[in-house]
Amino acid sequence: MAEKKATREAYGAALAALGEKHDFVVLDADLAAATKTGVFKKKFPERFFDCGIAEGNMMSVAAGIATTGKIPFVSTFAIFASGRAYEQVRNSIGYPHLNVKIGATHAGITVGEDGATHQANEDLALMRTIPGMTVICPADATEAYAATEAALLHNGPVYLRYGRFAVPDLSAELAGYHFEIGKGVVYKEGKDVTIVATGFMVHLAMEAAAMLAEEGIDAEVINIHTIKPLDAELVERSARKTGAVVTAEEHSVIGGLGGAVCEALSESYPCPVKRVGVEDSYGRSGKVPELLELYGLTAKNIAAKAKEAIAKK
Amino acid sequence: MEELRKLALKRTANAVRHGIIDGVYNAGCGHPGGSLSIADILTYLYFEEMNVDPKNPKDPKRDRFVLSKGHTAPALYSVLAHRGFFPVEELKTLRKTDSRLQGHPDMKGTPGVDMTTGSLGLGISAACGMALSAKISGDDYRVYAILGDGESEEGQVWEAAMFAAHYKLDNLCALIDWNGLQIDGPIAEVMDPTPHDEKFRAFGWHVITIDAHDLDAIEAAYAEAKTVKGKPTMIIAKSIKGKGVSYMENKCEWHGQAPKEEQYLVAVEDLNKIDAELK
Repeated sequence: MAEKKATREAYGAALAALGEKHDFVVLDADLAAATKTGVFKKKFPERFFDCGIAEGNMMSVAAGIATTGKIPFVSTFAIFASGRAYEQVRNSIGYPHLNVKIGATHAGITVGEDGATHQANEDLALMRTIPGMTVICPADATEAYAATEAALLHNGPVYLRYGRFAVPDLSAELAGYHFEIGKGVVYKEGKDVTIVATGFMVHLAMEAAAMLAEEGIDAEVINIHTIKPLDAELVERSARKTGAVVTAEEHSVIGGLGGAVCEALSESYPCPVKRVGVEDSYGRSGKVPELLELYGLTAKNIAAKAKEAIAKK
Repeated sequence: MEELRKLALKRTANAVRHGIIDGVYNAGCGHPGGSLSIADILTYLYFEEMNVDPKNPKDPKRDRFVLSKGHTAPALYSVLAHRGFFPVEELKTLRKTDSRLQGHPDMKGTPGVDMTTGSLGLGISAACGMALSAKISGDDYRVYAILGDGESEEGQVWEAAMFAAHYKLDNLCALIDWNGLQIDGPIAEVMDPTPHDEKFRAFGWHVITIDAHDLDAIEAAYAEAKTVKGKPTMIIAKSIKGKGVSYMENKCEWHGQAPKEEQYLVAVEDLNKIDAELK
């Protein structure tokens, strides 16, 4: 079993390490301990700026900093980064295409006990509609670290989605793992059905593939860490091979990975697609494993949906 | 201010007003009232105060300007054109589909525009970011911003006010174009944001109140702002919305509509009269 670690931990570690070589600044809205930007703050206090509990101002401040050539990483919880500050992200950062990196943590229902107000199940959808915005949802700690570095080196606005909950570090065990923005990663080749997953759902997709294998179904598993720009070519190629697709994400089934994959395939290669995710509802308080079960974010559900997709071929 | 320099600035400010009226008239829509009210201030900023070079609009050492009340872009475009950032003739393309003069300022499209604005409250925060950036790297450029009085009803203005004072951004000098009117009526009736002076002082700013059309007062206020250490400065500039065009002055309805042909001719006549007085 792979080592478990939260992607937000890797984000903080990456900022602290990258800060040695790169002259970026970090902004947070009174959540440095939780978002893990506090790790950077401890090492580079002169390059860390707390903006207080004022996320809208923070986004526009970051935009102003970016106009002068400096690169700001801006962190808060995903619900505030993408929701409360949506319009600041769109108008101050997105429209002028400024080089701001938004490190949004505590995404999805794995926030757990804090409940619905703090569980962003819509952030990928919101950020994906902003022209020019790159949207990344790393699967695990190794990928989160690599994505943070790639975002820093990418010229343009990037939304990075990290989680609170510790998840298996699958990428660490992948031989020759390489991260490239916009390039999906095939975790397992197969011929009967394609499971396209993002975030920690990738490891559940692998578990689902193992379950399906026991029933003689050969599933292909693709990690789509970049929701935008989507690796539509890889998704289409795999769909043409298997003829059935399941998407899996810790996000609403509306507008996120499932939405993006359906949009792409409906134009390139229409085929049965089943979406696993939060079914157009709010989250609630609870222990993470119980919530995952309750909302159907399980390997079992992915496997069931895979069979439904295959049946529709 | 010596009389000759003042006369020259007044002429320039009136030319800027002509550009505002020409732009909005040709567009058939736009925001003349709040553009005319800041024409004197913008003229002073771009012709006297700010270190900017039309030939090198992206100079990293330049002073920055953010029009937080972005809807008064016609005034910014007119002053930029008269300062030489692009041809004055181009003002007539305002808001046209193939123009680089968008309805609200677009830093990617228009030479001399330092920040994209239009959504109220966002610009002052961006100005804070620019000022903070200068502090981080020890650059000595200054950052200027203009807000609307109605704009201060946006909560983000006060988030930015807190931020600027907290980080001691004494390289930031903002100004409120205090014309007392917003779209739905007098600010005191719509959602009274006053008293601005006491509120900004309480937020930790140095506050100066002036007449927005008195060039001596404008010059003195910007000079005073430079002497203030450890806190940002807010200039509250009491202005006349629609200043210079007789029928637009102090009229809410000229916040956001263009003059028809007959009205345009009256506006030009009004401004021509001012030109004649300044001969």
